[in-house]
Parts: sequence; structure tokens; C-alpha cells
Amino acid sequence: MGLRHGTTWALGLSILTAAAPAWSAALIKIDGSSTVYPITEAVAEEFAKAQPKVRVTVGISGTGGGFKKFCNGETDISDASRPIKMSEVQQCDAKKIGYVEVPVAYDGIAVVVNPKNDWVTGMTVRELKKLWEPAAQGKITRWSQLRAGWPNKEIHLFGAGVDSGTYDYFTDAIVGTEHASRGDYTASEDDNVLIQGIATDPLALGFFGVAYYEANKGRLTLVGIDDENSKNGDGPILPTFETVKNGTYQPLARPIFIYVNSKALDRPEVADFVKFYLTEGKPLVREVGYISLPDPVYELAMRRIDTRIVGSVFGGKGSQIGVTLESLLAAESK
Amino acid sequence: MTATTLHHLTRGRYRERAAHVLLFFCGTLSILTTLGIVAVLLFETLAFFREVPLFDFLTDTQWTPLFADKHFGILPLVAGTALTAGIAVCVATPIGLVSALYLSEYATDRVRHLVKPVLEVLAGVPTVVYGYFALLFITPLLQTVIPSLSGFNALSPGIVIGVMIIPMVSSLSEDAMYAVPQSLREGAYALGSSKLQVAVKVVVPAAFSGIAASLLLGVSRAIGETMILAIAAGQQPRLTLNPTVPIETMTAYIVQVSLGDTPTGTIEYRTIFAVGMMLFLGTLALNLVSQWIKQRFREQVG
Repeated sequence: MGLRHGTTWALGLSILTAAAPAWSAALIKIDGSSTVYPITEAVAEEFAKAQPKVRVTVGISGTGGGFKKFCNGETDISDASRPIKMSEVQQCDAKKIGYVEVPVAYDGIAVVVNPKNDWVTGMTVRELKKLWEPAAQGKITRWSQLRAGWPNKEIHLFGAGVDSGTYDYFTDAIVGTEHASRGDYTASEDDNVLIQGIATDPLALGFFGVAYYEANKGRLTLVGIDDENSKNGDGPILPTFETVKNGTYQPLARPIFIYVNSKALDRPEVADFVKFYLTEGKPLVREVGYISLPDPVYELAMRRIDTRIVGSVFGGKGSQIGVTLESLLAAESK
Repeated sequence: MTATTLHHLTRGRYRERAAHVLLFFCGTLSILTTLGIVAVLLFETLAFFREVPLFDFLTDTQWTPLFADKHFGILPLVAGTALTAGIAVCVATPIGLVSALYLSEYATDRVRHLVKPVLEVLAGVPTVVYGYFALLFITPLLQTVIPSLSGFNALSPGIVIGVMIIPMVSSLSEDAMYAVPQSLREGAYALGSSKLQVAVKVVVPAAFSGIAASLLLGVSRAIGETMILAIAAGQQPRLTLNPTVPIETMTAYIVQVSLGDTPTGTIEYRTIFAVGMMLFLGTLALNLVSQWIKQRFREQVG
């Protein structure tokens, strides 16, 4: 279980839920991505102040795990750090579960090293690919193999687990094929395990959502990413609010979502919660370390809820690299 | 015989009968549970080996069943388990035996009655506490001595598991030493032995079966230990005997997969049963050996 106190906590919560007496009928069940979790959790806390009678439970079983429950009708809202995939669309269709896709923020994936690492400041996408692609397994094991001049020392890798949306996105953006990476690294769905590992290991390199970096700034060092495409800025670029929003931190910045069961949306507490998420949630997004969406996107998202636009603007194709939400949503509203 | 006593008798008989059935049920319940576990393990493991050749499972040096390039070599996990259990035994054996010897041969009754329960408190500490103790206290402490030590490593949880099994080793060995007949000691004293000579040359050999059994039980406890390793040893299957880098043990792998959301019936899901089977066979073998040693040496001494 390790540092998975998030999961343990969520587990404890679900036990509490099961044991709760029948009078608390207004319950909103949320599960899914650990990347979206900090925002949803913050919104749920604020929402509890506004509507104390409604209870909201937020789990973290990864984007894929969340969709499994969501498409089985077990949850009302699913946190997702990538758009829904075709296979998941089919699962939902099979159970006749309709969903409204709501973008809630931008996220960047941070690549980090230990503060004692004094040789890495930036890496190119090509170097990252060489390090993480399946062919690297058991072969690329030392820093010196990545760039001449880096020390001939072992490299210890940490990264998001295979059930997380962060893994899907990272492999898609860096390796070029979703869900393809080397397997000989410390893989965990719990970002706190990764942080603990990297913060205590001078030879470590890892990746996870940028929010977790924000919360652990002093213990980790960010690596700038150079996509060698001068259209997105020259040289290695660090993930900041600016670079994620203006699209220069590529290819590791992406929109994240919540998916709302369209039947659950008929329940007033669920509709209230989602609207609360898009209005009062906006400052919280920034507070927990993500980048809030531009205002027009919030408006477009709100419109989707009001008119119950079901389905995904991504057409079940999963992550798309470097896509701007405005263009996708605007195309839809025409 | 009056009607009342007859009534009492039949009621008594019913009660007797009910108690009998209840106790029988309780007795068989644990056996049935064990059988059920073995059956499930066996069933899923067989399904696993229909897809993965046993030869690959036992000889491949990589374990990456969750990834694109799938390898199903159990060796890295076995190495992780062997490494941490080995370190634990290296810690627990000397400390456990010396404290057992002290408690049995040197300590006064007062000290014995005071120290033994305190020692056994160690066994009552929840393993999750030991896990964080290893991760947040022992590892940073070791890093001041070994700067290249990774945050997750085999050494620190190994040591902590060793500490955890000390009470088991010392308590069981002490029982065995204490049970050595006084006449043997007196005989040795009569031949002019010193106290140390009696302890080392008479008591330890005479109690050998109990000591060996306690050590083997300690080893099987160390092999089955899960929480400490899942917290402090890392989650990277790696075929190495280097105790300073992150590794993954069989138990930690099972935890890792169980916490994700691997769909049932897939090969990834079945790996946990194959690994579980391996663990089960390992600890079963150790327990059988410990039984055998106990029996064999008891006969010799007796």
C-alpha cells in the first residue's frame, strides 16, 4: 500500500458510505484519475460548505479504473485525465450509460529529477523517447547512454502506473504509441510514492502530473522539455502556468475532464455540483496547482451541461497531443 | 427414573450433540478455507500456465507483465524476496539467539518475567508502522552512512523485518533452551564447565531442533511479509542482489496489482495467482522442513 494513503482513505470512505444510514439519500459518487482528484476533492470540500446535506465521495482508481466503474453505473461522475477511449465508449453504450464530457482544467506532466542531480537541466523529446520506449527495457540503464557528458551512473526510473491517464498520455506524447513503454521502472498509481522515491534517490528521474510537483517543490527539480520545434518556443521549456496555457510546453500539457452520467445529471444535487465545479471551482483549480481554462471554454462547457450534449468531442480517439479545447468545442457549437 | 431427570437427560444429550456439531463445524471451517484457497490458487495458476510456459516463468530474467513488452520471469521477484528475507535473517539470528541464551541461562527470574513480555511487544507492532519506520527513519539514517542508497531499497526494510521477527526467534528458541533438562547442565558443571561452556556447548546443541524450527518460522514470516516491503522496498522488479537499489518482492507485486484495476480473467490478473502459488509453495516447504527438523532432533535428544 505504501504511501497510497489516498487509496486507503478512499477505501475507508467507501466503507463509511456503505455503513451510512439511509437518511443521507443525497450522495454523489465520484471515482477516477488521481490527477484530477485534487481539484474534485477541493471542489467537493467547498461544495460541502454550500450544501451540507449532500455528501460527495471521491475515489482514485485511475482514469481507466474510474471509467470501468462509471460505465457500469456505479459512479455518477468520473474523473479523467484523458478523453474517453473507444473501448470505454462501447462499454458505456452496452450498459446504456450516457455521459456529458466537461473539461475542467489544463494539466502539464512534469519530468523531475532529484535536487542532487546537477547534470540535467533539460531533455529533448527524442532523449525521453530513447529512455522510455519499450526497446529501452534493460538496455538504457545509465545516464551516460542518454547524452555524452552525463555521468556513467545508473538511472533509476519512476513513473505513473499503467492504469493512470498520465501514463497513457505520457506514452502517447513521448513514445508515440499509447500504452507502450519500458517496464523496468517503479510504476505507481499513487504520485506520492513516486515523489518519495525521486526525492530520496540522487539517480532518479520520473514523471507525474505537475500539481504534485507544485506541492513538493523543495524536494524535486524540474526538467525542461525541448520538443525541437521552434514554433513552440526554442530550447528546453519548463512547465509553468504560462507555458502550459500558451501551448509552448509541448507535448506534455493536456486538458483534463470530468464525465457526468447524463441520468445522474437529472438529480438536482449532481447538476448543482457540476455547475459549482465550473464556477466556484475555477479559483480552486489554480490553488491546487493546475491551470484554469480560458473563460470561453468554461462557457462552452456550461452550455454542454445545460443542453445535455452527450458524447466526446474527441470521438473516442483518446488523447490528442497539443490540441486546444477552444477549437474542438467551438467547432461543436456551430 | 422420574420424568424430570429423563427430561434433563434428553436436553443434555441435545446440547451435547449441538456442541459436537458446532465444534466440528468450526474445526472443518479452517480446513475448508485452506482447501478453498489452494483450489483457487491452483485453478488460476493452471490457467496462467496455459498461456505462459513454465520454463519461461522459471528462467526469464525480466518481469514486466503489465507492460507492452511482456516478460513473465519470476526470478527478479524471487531475488527480491530472497534478498530481503536474507537480510532479515542476518539481523534476527544473532540478536534473537543471544537474547534467548541470555534470558534462558543468565537472567534472573525477575528480569526474565520483565524482559520477555517487553520483547514480545515488538511482535505486536502493526507492520504498517514498521513500514513507515523503515521508509522515513531507517532509510534516511542509512543514507548518512551509504550516500548512494536509494530512497526505496532492500536493505532498510530487510533490517526492519529482521527486528520484527526477533521476538519470534528469541521467544521460541528460549522456550527450547529453557526446556533442556537441568540434569544435562548439572552434569556439565560436575565435569568442571564454566557457565558459558554450558550455555554454548550443552544447552544450544540440546535445544538445536527448537532453535532451527524458530529460525525457519522466522524465515517464512519474512518471506510472507508484505506491508513493510510494499512501503519501503520499491516497486521495480529487478534481478539483483544489490541491497541499495529499489526492488520488488513477490508479496509487494501482488499488492501492486491488486490495488490497480486489472480486469479479472486477463493474463495480468492471473500473474498474481502464479506469484501467490510460488509464495505458498515456498513457505509450505519451509514449514515442512521446520517440522521435520523438530521431530528428528527431538527423537535424538529424547
